[in-house]
Amino acid sequence: MNTGSTMNITSLLFASSLVFVSLIFSYSQKLKLEKEIVISIIRAVIQLVAVGYLLNYIFGLKNILFTTLLLLFMTFNASYNAAKRGKDIKNGLLISFASIASGTMITLLILVASGSIKYEPYQIIPVSGMIISNSMVALGLCYKQLGSNFKNRRDEVETKLALGAEIKTASVGIIRDSIKTGMLPTIDSAKTLGIVALPGMMTGLILAGTSPVVAVKFQIMVTFMMLSTTSISSFMACYLAYRNFFNERKQLK
Amino acid sequence: MSILQFHNVSYFKDEKYILKDITLNIEKGDFVSIIGPSGSGKSTFLKLCCHLISPTSGSIKYLQKDLMDCDPAELRKNIGYCFQTPHLFGEHVMDNLSFPYLIRDLATDKNRINLLFSEFHMDMDLITNEVKNLSGGEKQRIALIRTLLIAPEILLLDEVTSSLDSSNTDIVENAVNSLNKAGITVIWVTHNLEQSRKFANKIITIEAGRLKSVDITGREA
Repeated sequence: MNTGSTMNITSLLFASSLVFVSLIFSYSQKLKLEKEIVISIIRAVIQLVAVGYLLNYIFGLKNILFTTLLLLFMTFNASYNAAKRGKDIKNGLLISFASIASGTMITLLILVASGSIKYEPYQIIPVSGMIISNSMVALGLCYKQLGSNFKNRRDEVETKLALGAEIKTASVGIIRDSIKTGMLPTIDSAKTLGIVALPGMMTGLILAGTSPVVAVKFQIMVTFMMLSTTSISSFMACYLAYRNFFNERKQLK
Repeated sequence: MSILQFHNVSYFKDEKYILKDITLNIEKGDFVSIIGPSGSGKSTFLKLCCHLISPTSGSIKYLQKDLMDCDPAELRKNIGYCFQTPHLFGEHVMDNLSFPYLIRDLATDKNRINLLFSEFHMDMDLITNEVKNLSGGEKQRIALIRTLLIAPEILLLDEVTSSLDSSNTDIVENAVNSLNKAGITVIWVTHNLEQSRKFANKIITIEAGRLKSVDITGREA
């Protein structure tokens, strides 16, 4: 088997024949996904090659300011995508940015301070990528749950408001439920690590020739940081977003 | 003394007027019955009273103060509202009974709960019951008790007896009547004209969002 350090273009081209498997399935089953598959593969190759060269360049720069700017750019993109899931939420982009940035900052601070990673591009960027994308998915779930809860549990909120509750007290059950929804996928995947699947990062390290024991150490760190960032981001986003479902007269919109 | 004053109040939603140009005074201690066909705007009237919605135009005053100048949460603590379909939250009955105290940072008053349970002919053992195990009548009475634990100035009732049997209806009617005698202003939306005539000193008829009549029954407020 080729490892990451010895994989050549011929091997990669040979591996690309696997794409034909899905094309054949799509064609024989009349799924009409052939165009989608081809586009997705072309996009994936172009994006990955571009990002590969970009990372190569950035890792070579070793510039703290540039690395930080790149992190902000990644956070902005993730926030923009998460905000799209919360159409009822005004300032969704700002809330998402504040939540993802806070979660990422706190987690990175602890990881760097504890000496688990160094603030150098080749470590910070991949680690932040994992954290930020995980938070983005969590926030999307939180917003979706907030929206559907405020719709389905309208009677409960209105009853509490009618009793004289402040909007936060009237919404706290919904907020907690939404935070939980955002965090559950990360908790569930943590529970099944090593049993159901070997995570991508760990698999990558092993394929690149790292000892499984060392790879596991990194994976444990990744699991800790995912849990921490997801909980911070989900908590912040839900507590900042719930007000959007009320007007200034403390009435449900 | 007027406790609630509506002046040219209209409420517009989904491109139509639900209520239009409502002007009326409700005096402290009144027992007001609001009648009218389904969809005439009665429930909207109650929601406006406790500021769960704001009028599109016109003004509502509570004790001479415009509702728009009051803190909504503080206002609602003085205006109790019981919905037609009661919503009990949490798992247990006690979650509902402790809520009015919780939002006021007060300790739960067991004596007050006891008193209201006996007034509404409820067994105290129900306190530990799960909400899902209660009958419709029990749910409605618990919702009423929850609203009355800290006595409001005004009690708004939205067809609270419409799904109750006659014995539960009697219990609720008598309890509400004695609360009114104790000085609480009652505004009761009902379809039952007989019920209106029996208890109310004012009968307000709303039709197609407009105030059709205000009848004084002669019953002493």
